[in-house]
Amino acid sequence: MATYKRPDGREYDETRKIEAKVGVVKRADGSAMFSFGSSRAIAAVYGPRQLHPQHLQNPEKCLLRCYYDMLPFSVAERKRPGPSRRSTEISYVTTSALSPVLKLEAFPNAVIDVYILIIEADASTRCAGINAASLALAHAGVPMTELVSAVSIGKIGDAIVADITKEEEDYKIKKDGKEIKAATDIPMAILSRANKLSLLQLDGKVTLDELKEAIALGKKTCKKIVEIQKQALKKVKEE
Amino acid sequence: MEIAGLTKKKIEEMIKEGKRMDGRGLLEMRPFEIELGISKKAEGSARVKIGDTEVVAGIKLGVGEPFVDSPEDGALIVTVELWPLASEKFEMGPPDIQAIEMARIVDRSLRESGYIDLKKLCVKAGELVWTVFVDIYPINDDGNLIDASAIAVIAALHEAVFPELKEDKVQYGELTDKKLPLKNMPIVMTFYKVGESFLLDPTVAEEEAAKARITVAMTFDKDEVFIHALQKAGDEPLEEREITEVLAIAMKEAKKVHEKILRQLK
Amino acid sequence: MTEKKETREEKKEKETKLEERSAEENKEKERIVVVPGEVIASGSGFLPGEGTRREGQDIVAARFGLFEKTDKIVKVIPLSGVYIPRVGNTVIGQVIDVTFNGWIVDILAPHLGFLSVTECGGYVNKKDLTEYYTFKDALVAKIKAIKARGIDLTMREKGLRKLEGGMLIKINPTRVPRVIGREGSMINIIKDETGCNIIVGQNGVIWIKGRNVEGEILAKKAIELIARKPFIEGLTEKVKEFLHKERKSENKEAYEVKERGERKERKKN
Repeated sequence: MATYKRPDGREYDETRKIEAKVGVVKRADGSAMFSFGSSRAIAAVYGPRQLHPQHLQNPEKCLLRCYYDMLPFSVAERKRPGPSRRSTEISYVTTSALSPVLKLEAFPNAVIDVYILIIEADASTRCAGINAASLALAHAGVPMTELVSAVSIGKIGDAIVADITKEEEDYKIKKDGKEIKAATDIPMAILSRANKLSLLQLDGKVTLDELKEAIALGKKTCKKIVEIQKQALKKVKEE
Repeated sequence: MEIAGLTKKKIEEMIKEGKRMDGRGLLEMRPFEIELGISKKAEGSARVKIGDTEVVAGIKLGVGEPFVDSPEDGALIVTVELWPLASEKFEMGPPDIQAIEMARIVDRSLRESGYIDLKKLCVKAGELVWTVFVDIYPINDDGNLIDASAIAVIAALHEAVFPELKEDKVQYGELTDKKLPLKNMPIVMTFYKVGESFLLDPTVAEEEAAKARITVAMTFDKDEVFIHALQKAGDEPLEEREITEVLAIAMKEAKKVHEKILRQLK
Repeated sequence: MTEKKETREEKKEKETKLEERSAEENKEKERIVVVPGEVIASGSGFLPGEGTRREGQDIVAARFGLFEKTDKIVKVIPLSGVYIPRVGNTVIGQVIDVTFNGWIVDILAPHLGFLSVTECGGYVNKKDLTEYYTFKDALVAKIKAIKARGIDLTMREKGLRKLEGGMLIKINPTRVPRVIGREGSMINIIKDETGCNIIVGQNGVIWIKGRNVEGEILAKKAIELIARKPFIEGLTEKVKEFLHKERKSENKEAYEVKERGERKERKKN
């Protein structure tokens, strides 16, 4: 049995409080907010729309472009405005996390732009961003096979836990009088219906068995998340 | 879609008669709403909604060497990012002239009104001063971003506190309960000229129909009103008479806006 | 294996629930919102219609929208999204460029529209096409053909023309059928009550022209009311009620202004 205790008292398979809402950016064709605790993302979708310049157009399918960025004041130490190597990479993996569910061949030569902005960050922001973007794409009426859900699974100390925080990401244990990092971050995006992963990253150190355990927990958690996403979309009715 | 020629004509026609598409008077603002503390990671932050327009602003503090010409003054850096999340008219890439101009207008309004007492941001004269970073991000553009940004910044500054400082290093994530040294709150108002009339708080369609605009930043001292910053923009030149008339209106309307802001900050 | 069975049964249960719900709610003519990936019908008794797809025994929603069942066909009616052009649709667009052989028209779709000189419905002096239509002109046109890179428009039909005067408003294209109503019933009420001439483009762009601005604004408000409330039933009555109320208050205002004016006059005298 694992002995690690989560600082906020959560069970290993418990996420922080999740909030989800669609229609948060009026001007966009679709939009949504998604948060894990205080990690909060908003996403806006524009398109499918005309793509310029013409040489970017693909006659076989619609281009999907995702842009991820953080508010400078979403983190403790101010983040300079504008893209960084980190945000460029996250934008790229977010695009491939979302594209498998979209019917992009329905709009040849066009483009769908997805803008994800992190309002406040306490780890798992790329996952909150993917969840918000998936909702925003559905809200924009884009044909898709299912919603994509994402969560960061961690191996913290000796436990596999769901939806890790910044504090857990920085978890250290004492060994031979030295502090060593004992946290592994494994963000993943799951297509629950197809039972496939469309995003998988890992920073840290795990065995193959631990990774399998992490993916199992990821799948289980994403099943819960997708229900919350569905409810958020169904709520449009009450407005 | 940029507004069609005939919608533009219609807006001009209506404004000539003192009417607006949404039924407002020419100087009537849409109701606005301030929400404080939208990011706990910021030293201060706020969201402002004016109609469908939404802007967030946040304050971060850092320390550094002062400028040579003002060794005892803190520094102020205002940035606006017009991210395409907020409008199909914005584009990815480095800040364009629209973003830079907005940031400069807000910067001058804060600086010249003395809202932040930069003298009190000195840690060690000539060696270490606080830098106030103001970051502004529109979330949804339905017009009047300049005034909305100014209100968001004022609210965020009003809420802001210093972070902990230990051995000349900022302890990020550890906030004190010491507020920023603030004095005279500036009120920023932008008037848009459509046809021969001026109006406040335009929607995007009204902005597109406007040929000129003028922004004014003001403070009050009892019954006196002072002008601290002005910016005339747009292709059409203005007559002196028009400018003084608009400023007279601004001075009257500013009090109402000031009261509305104060009410929501309490 | 057993787990699989369970989920299958769970699914079945959910579907029957959805079915029951739909039957129940259809009585009240209320609509069910479905999301992508949701199983909306099961078994060979149903056929997948628009916005759905068959996955084994199941029919799954392929987009976000309203569940609808007519006889055996289940479909998902869009609730949101950009305009997706169809041949034969009447649309309102704006000229954004003039080329040597036609006009580029923005019809707020994933692709630009192109109106060729041969399709403009009149004789054109090819030397200067701007004499005919120019930048920012608003046109009512029909979609003739859809190609990978663009949409061919035509104006060679009755009623297709350049719009003069009035105002344009934009609503979500998925609300257009409700604004028009069954056989035009809704739009006719608005036209009658406001005295406006109205053309509804399938792309969600609507042209309103009345005798005065007040009528146009009233028509605009009524259309926006419909666009905002895609769920409620008895909309026709609500719109009528709204228009009557608004007109009453307008008349009252006008009366009050007149009265005040008269009183002032009397005082002066």
